[in-house]
Amino acid sequence: MYDIIVIGGGPAGLAAAIEAKKNGIDSILVIERDRELGGILQQCIHNGFGLHVFKEELTGPEYAEKFINELKELGIEYKLDSMVLNITEDKKVDFINSIDGYVSVKTKAIILAMGCRERTRGAIGIAGARPAGVFTAGAAQRFLNMEGYMVGKTVVILGSGDIGLIMARRLTLEGAKVKVVLERMPHPGGLTRNIVQCLDDYNIPLRLAHTVTSIKGKDRVEGVTIVAIDKSGSIIPGSEEYMECDTLILSVGLIPENELTENAGIAIDPATKGAYVNEAMETSQEGVFACGNVVHVHDLVDYVTEESRLAGRSAARYINDELRASAKAVRTKQGNGIGYIVPQFIRTENLLGGVNLFMRVRSVYSNSKLVVKADGRIIKEIKRSHMIPSEMERVQLSKEVLAAADIKELAIEVMEVEQ
Amino acid sequence: MNSTQIICIVCPMGCHLEVAHDSASGTYSVSGNKCSRGKEYGINELSNPTRVVTSTVVIEGAHLKRLPVKTNRPIAKGKMFECMKEIDKVRVIAPVKMGQIILKDIAGTGADLIATRSMG
Ligand SMILES: Cc1cc2nc3c(=O)[nH]c(=O)nc-3n(C[C@H](O)[C@H](O)[C@H](O)COP(=O)(O)OP(=O)(O)OC[C@H]3O[C@@H](n4cnc5c(N)ncnc54)[C@H](O)[C@@H]3O)c2cc1C
Ligand code: SF4
Repeated sequence: MYDIIVIGGGPAGLAAAIEAKKNGIDSILVIERDRELGGILQQCIHNGFGLHVFKEELTGPEYAEKFINELKELGIEYKLDSMVLNITEDKKVDFINSIDGYVSVKTKAIILAMGCRERTRGAIGIAGARPAGVFTAGAAQRFLNMEGYMVGKTVVILGSGDIGLIMARRLTLEGAKVKVVLERMPHPGGLTRNIVQCLDDYNIPLRLAHTVTSIKGKDRVEGVTIVAIDKSGSIIPGSEEYMECDTLILSVGLIPENELTENAGIAIDPATKGAYVNEAMETSQEGVFACGNVVHVHDLVDYVTEESRLAGRSAARYINDELRASAKAVRTKQGNGIGYIVPQFIRTENLLGGVNLFMRVRSVYSNSKLVVKADGRIIKEIKRSHMIPSEMERVQLSKEVLAAADIKELAIEVMEVEQ
Repeated sequence: MNSTQIICIVCPMGCHLEVAHDSASGTYSVSGNKCSRGKEYGINELSNPTRVVTSTVVIEGAHLKRLPVKTNRPIAKGKMFECMKEIDKVRVIAPVKMGQIILKDIAGTGADLIATRSMG
């Protein structure tokens, strides 16, 4: 019997376990299916991690190692090469590994930190043969950075998500020719700094509103057909263009890894594809918490750490019976221009300080404001000179503001600022 | 007066900067930055652009075949490919500690190449 079992040993699981321990919980187990801790960070060898948390720019492995060291210093128990198969309503966690076999352990609280997985070619439907040379960006990154296997010489990248951009630079530095990055949407999918540092620096063209419709090649990719997309999302007839390449890399998005969550009957928000969570990062099932990419896809690991520390602290409070399950909940609601908001529920009574609301806008906005409305009444406005879907927005609200009125629904929307 | 629009990449805020260059006095002025690091970046980016190079080197005797590395400070942008050539030649043997110097003064840039994780 453990107090807390953390599923996943990436930055989310590590931060949650460390924070729970610091809040007085001693019996914690972290279960990781990979051969080492650190999660996706171990393959993200580029820098740009930790500017908020450590005030310095670290690479992924450095960021991970700081947390792994702390976990070990605190003596927190962890199991590697162990895959969690199932969690049950009475809080049993079933996992397997080659040493212990099939194990079933009971725990008082569970923290879900399984991260996300990449969308694959099947999920976006490209016609044509199935030759070698088609990779998802994350798989290509792992091959190159950890196994030392170069994936190709002339490359087309489909999707301008961060991993695609990072791989464009990485492959160029390793001597490959990246011919183009294509993006279906009229705006880039990744962070601006990655467009500048990964494409502009190396004169790699980015073609917005373009996609791949078919792949040519029998054993190995020989080329792809590229088309332009109009405003309504349809292919522009006659825009077909053939481009030779030996490799196609797909960076077409990430989806939270929620098989375990769904099988346990935990409610999933269609907007985030992760579990609904409240102010404590607790899911629809009492005592089951979630944090990191399993809840919503993050672009900054610093926010993952922040959110996961909250989950760890909350799990400790739950075990110490300090969280009131029956407290009244305010529902957050994405208004005009907002794609989703996390958390979806706020039980004001349980707040220690304020609450951070994380959200993504639906398209590109300049000179706008985020307007927070409590049951239709404006309670806060935040000016933003520039907002894009790839960069997560954060709105902080104090406990006082929320407690002042008997709020049922808290909506946030984007409004243009008149010049 | 000559002005260039660039995006600050020091932090994820990505401020849109306008850097004006006065060729008579040789001075630069920056606007649009939300903090002082943006001003520094704007001036450097026009006068002497630099980048941290991150890559991997071959490692033997570890559970992985590659060890991640980086330059311990930004180097001139124009020197990146020269650095990559030197990085390609490096072979290390485990164990290695995070922060350990792998190559001193890489490509004459004054920066050292260091390991970004421990291995073995
Ligand atoms: C390519 C790429 C580039 C990025 N670049 C940046 C950047 O420059 N700056 C920045 O700040 N952020 C960046 N990020 C974002 C940041 O790295 C992620 O948001 C963060 O790693 C998410 O952490 P996590 O712990 O939620 O997920 P992960 O790191 O994915 O960890 C999840 C862990 O759970 C384990 N797991 C899953 N299912 C099970 C199971 N059933 N049983 C046991 N274990 C399981 C997995 O093996 C994995 O180790 C990048 C992300 C990617 C993918
Ligand atoms: S100017 Fe400052 S706040 Fe703006 S992007 Fe640069 S470093 Fe970040």
